[in-house]
Amino acid sequence: MAMSADAPTAAPSGEALVTHTEIGPIDNATGYRSFTAGSFTFSRDEYFARISWPKGTHTMPVDAFLRAMMRDVAWGFFYGTVNFDDVVGTVNHYGEVTLFAGRYNDAYHDAGRDHEERFPSEVLMPLFKAIMSDWTNQGFDPFAAPMETGSAWGSKNGSNEDAITRTRVSAKRMVGLPGDTPLRTDANGFPANRMFPDIDRSAPVIEAEPGFEGEVHAYNLFDYLSRSDVTWNPSVCSVVGESLFCPTTEEFTLPVDHGNDRCEWFITLSDEIDWEIKDKESAKPRATVVTRAGDVSCMPADIRHKGFAKKRAMLLVWENGSPMIPELIAKGEAPIVAVTW
Amino acid sequence: MDYSTSLGSLTDYEKGKVIPIDDDPKNYVFSNVFEVAATSRPYERVAVAKNFEYVIEVARAEGRSDWYTAAHDEFALAMDGEVEIELFKLDAPAAFAPEGSHGARKLGGEPEGRRMGRIVLSRGHQGLLPRGAAYRFNAASPGCLMIQTVEGPETVQKWAEICQNS
Repeated sequence: MAMSADAPTAAPSGEALVTHTEIGPIDNATGYRSFTAGSFTFSRDEYFARISWPKGTHTMPVDAFLRAMMRDVAWGFFYGTVNFDDVVGTVNHYGEVTLFAGRYNDAYHDAGRDHEERFPSEVLMPLFKAIMSDWTNQGFDPFAAPMETGSAWGSKNGSNEDAITRTRVSAKRMVGLPGDTPLRTDANGFPANRMFPDIDRSAPVIEAEPGFEGEVHAYNLFDYLSRSDVTWNPSVCSVVGESLFCPTTEEFTLPVDHGNDRCEWFITLSDEIDWEIKDKESAKPRATVVTRAGDVSCMPADIRHKGFAKKRAMLLVWENGSPMIPELIAKGEAPIVAVTW
Repeated sequence: MDYSTSLGSLTDYEKGKVIPIDDDPKNYVFSNVFEVAATSRPYERVAVAKNFEYVIEVARAEGRSDWYTAAHDEFALAMDGEVEIELFKLDAPAAFAPEGSHGARKLGGEPEGRRMGRIVLSRGHQGLLPRGAAYRFNAASPGCLMIQTVEGPETVQKWAEICQNS
């Protein structure tokens, strides 16, 4: 996925942008700072994150908030809409980003209680990173499955910068090629996950004639995936033009409701992942998609999806990272459904 | 607790489904790679996913394929079985896949060029099919390949046959 540093950018909207952000003082009781982005404020206590705006306020369990914001930060605001829950989230305009509350919730929106402000991405991202840095306690890893990490609760207790500043893997051509993203091994700090004890760890047979060592290449993708130390965090493993194979391992729930602005394909490589599908605008339920090993499904561009995996599963997320797509979306020319027949 | 991983195969897979609440299941273009491979001819390159010009093809690997080449990289992921891939560096790749052309094309004969080598993929292995190289598959027993590529003349689209329609 072309995210973060290599995210595609769209032309500036010309809309008035909010550029004010502020990091507040340390709270004497909890030890956490509060943060301001335009007229939104973010504060946390021992259990909850609280987001306030001129017409309302919203509370989230802080572990869920940190897991959601971690994905938004790591993915460079990702493609389309990242709903932290049914109320708060962001919309990526590729260079600019909207922070909203209630915008994609029928009750808030119909009552006129929703609120949104648009920021330059380079203004909002540092604030989000500062929130993650201040609110993530020692021992809590927002990328990890709940059974594999410590607690997010309590008053301020250290930090976990290593966990929240991981560099996302993004192969230029293919994992394991000379000069490209390396394989994962015990030796370089990637032991197999406890839920993948039975994966075949054999390497492919590779016989290259002299001079073709860098072209005759293969690797064990399932072994590579089984060694991932994060969940719900796709990484690019092979690239054909703008076609990006972004496999990932999934356990527990996708921490956000992702409302992609383009069609997004899922191929379940192992085990089972269930998806709850809601309407992107209204959040009304539309479908449940049960996927098992070998199943292929496409998320339409007008929905939001949330995944559930009771056992760590391998998922191939397939994206089209073309820089032309944001323009097609803006013109309303990008397809809502990938294939019709 | 002991965990075991469910990977699926041509002969042992359990397909999921779209359960609509207020939607058309066709919107999710739902299929299963093992079912597609189990019901296709050997090396029929069936699109199971399409995103603008890009596709993911599924092929039943069985016996020896024709020789293919493409003007861009492709990648083959073995989902089941063991598949050998032979690679040749073509002397004149543009004669078969002109610069800028999309998708895999058949050579229609034996490749002329230098032998690059071979790889053998087992389940879970992903191999590079380099741009400008000729390649062919060989599988002693039926297997399933998933190919990351671009829609081309060899791509077969039969969505109504492979997808959940209702």
